[in-house]
Amino acid sequence: MALTLADVDHVATLARLGLTDAERERMRDQLSVILDHIGELAELDTDSIPPTASVTNMTNVWRDDTVQPSFTTDQVFQNAPRVAEGCFVVRTPLGGEGDEA
Amino acid sequence: MTLAATELEFRTVIGLEVHAQVLTQSKMFCSCSAEYASAPPNTHVCQVCMGLPGALPVINRSAIESVIRTGLALGCTIPPYCKLDRKNYFYPDLPKGYQVSQYDLPLCVDGQLTFTSEGVEKTAGITRVHIEEDTGRLLHRDEGGASVSLVDLNRSGVPLMEIVGEPDLTSPVEARDYLIALRQILRYIGASTGNMEEGAFRCDANISTRTADGSIVGEKVEIKNMNSFRAVERALIYEEERQRKLLAAGESIPQETRGWVDARGVTVSQRTKESAHDYRYFPEPDLPPLTIEASFVDSVQAALPELPAARKARFIESFGLGASDAELLTLERETADYFEVAVGSTTDRARQISNWLLNDVFGLQRERGLPFDAFPIEAQQLNQIVELVEAGDLTGSGAKSLLAGIEPGENARAVAERLNLLAVGDSDVIRAAALETLTANPAAVADYKGGKKAAIGRLMGDTIRATGGRGRPDTVRAILEELLSE
Ligand SMILES: [Zn+2]
Repeated sequence: MALTLADVDHVATLARLGLTDAERERMRDQLSVILDHIGELAELDTDSIPPTASVTNMTNVWRDDTVQPSFTTDQVFQNAPRVAEGCFVVRTPLGGEGDEA
Repeated sequence: MTLAATELEFRTVIGLEVHAQVLTQSKMFCSCSAEYASAPPNTHVCQVCMGLPGALPVINRSAIESVIRTGLALGCTIPPYCKLDRKNYFYPDLPKGYQVSQYDLPLCVDGQLTFTSEGVEKTAGITRVHIEEDTGRLLHRDEGGASVSLVDLNRSGVPLMEIVGEPDLTSPVEARDYLIALRQILRYIGASTGNMEEGAFRCDANISTRTADGSIVGEKVEIKNMNSFRAVERALIYEEERQRKLLAAGESIPQETRGWVDARGVTVSQRTKESAHDYRYFPEPDLPPLTIEASFVDSVQAALPELPAARKARFIESFGLGASDAELLTLERETADYFEVAVGSTTDRARQISNWLLNDVFGLQRERGLPFDAFPIEAQQLNQIVELVEAGDLTGSGAKSLLAGIEPGENARAVAERLNLLAVGDSDVIRAAALETLTANPAAVADYKGGKKAAIGRLMGDTIRATGGRGRPDTVRAILEELLSE
């Protein structure tokens, strides 16, 4: 299945990736090959196999509603590039200022 | 062609989507505390709700049960099989890069909500109720011109349910009344606090406009950022008018998302974060699906409390209460429970207990700044006080004093005796008070004797006060009339 450059651009936007023209071409070719490979599954006859969303054969793996200790502050921020006021600091995403006061 | 708005007959179509936090101790997929409002930032977080690689989520059974309880309270069907899905988008308040939600197989489907709007009973369909997780919170700061965001993940992973309504609502007022009824049910069944100020109950609305004959149909507009019932009503009134004017002017209404700006009283077009609704949902591989046994559903159904509408009807039927009193008594489950404990087996006392509760007990509650579910006196004490009033042992004024003075665990009659509040049957006490009053009020006495019989009201008030509120009004009046005729 041959993807268009527009498809690549759309996926890149959703993934927040900025691609050069050369990368767009390369991604179009690579993603098309991956889709072709997955597409081979369609050749199998699955008419008699019920659809499933899970392959583990497990259901209802749940727990009681009890509180356990959370991370310590040191653990929480162990890999954080920047911390202020007890929070992770990130660049505000575009159009994000109006989200919450 | 342009038509004046008045020449066209418009119809408004509204559907609401409510996000309500599910009341649990711990989060949806980890054992961190779900309490986020009062905790310092990032103190209730772990590898799961921070979205660290390799962390494995485990479903909170109690949250699932609460969603099913909600579905049953709304008359939904609970399908025997459901799964969780990933909804993918990037934003700093969502550390995993996806929100666990439910896409095509929700926990509850096909219900309805019956509510009263402007005195008329209405029923609106409920499309589905599903479980998902909340995001973290962002605080925006300005750093010398550069905008940064502080990320607090305490709310990340708190269980949330989405209640999607059918577009069955026809006016902003109906939308508000639907929300009030829905919130009341969630509180009754203990599924959510429904607290809008704290963000535990949030609403988005879809609103479209068409002409009655279907000749003009506007696209659906989604309204966000409405943080109170009043805001929902105002935003929808504004939007209804905006859409009608556009259609009447021959313009079209594009499908879009608009935000309510409460301070300015307008909706404004919003750029959506996702270019399309391209969330690339797929089944959550870390969470096995759920099979909901009929026996589990039955046990949740059996444990459902009596819902507000049914309780109100029963209060009217069994206790002979007026509709508005029954409404007030059943607004909150805690109030209705208190009332029923107060009435106990003395059903014939119910109306008086209702009056005293709604007027004086609530009055005292407000005066003392108590929350709605903390009562200034015990339910049994209210019954005892009403019993004393009905027996004529306590005047209205004496009962008010007793209400204010009684302590937990005390017997009403014993306290009334101790505080000397019991009504006086002894006419000597009243006679002495009456003589004192007459001597002190020659003007009122002259008025009365001159034919202004209404002057006796003031004399009665003073005499009753002189007895410390213990003189029964009818006895006081009889004695005053007797003395004044001498
Ligand atoms: Zn956690």
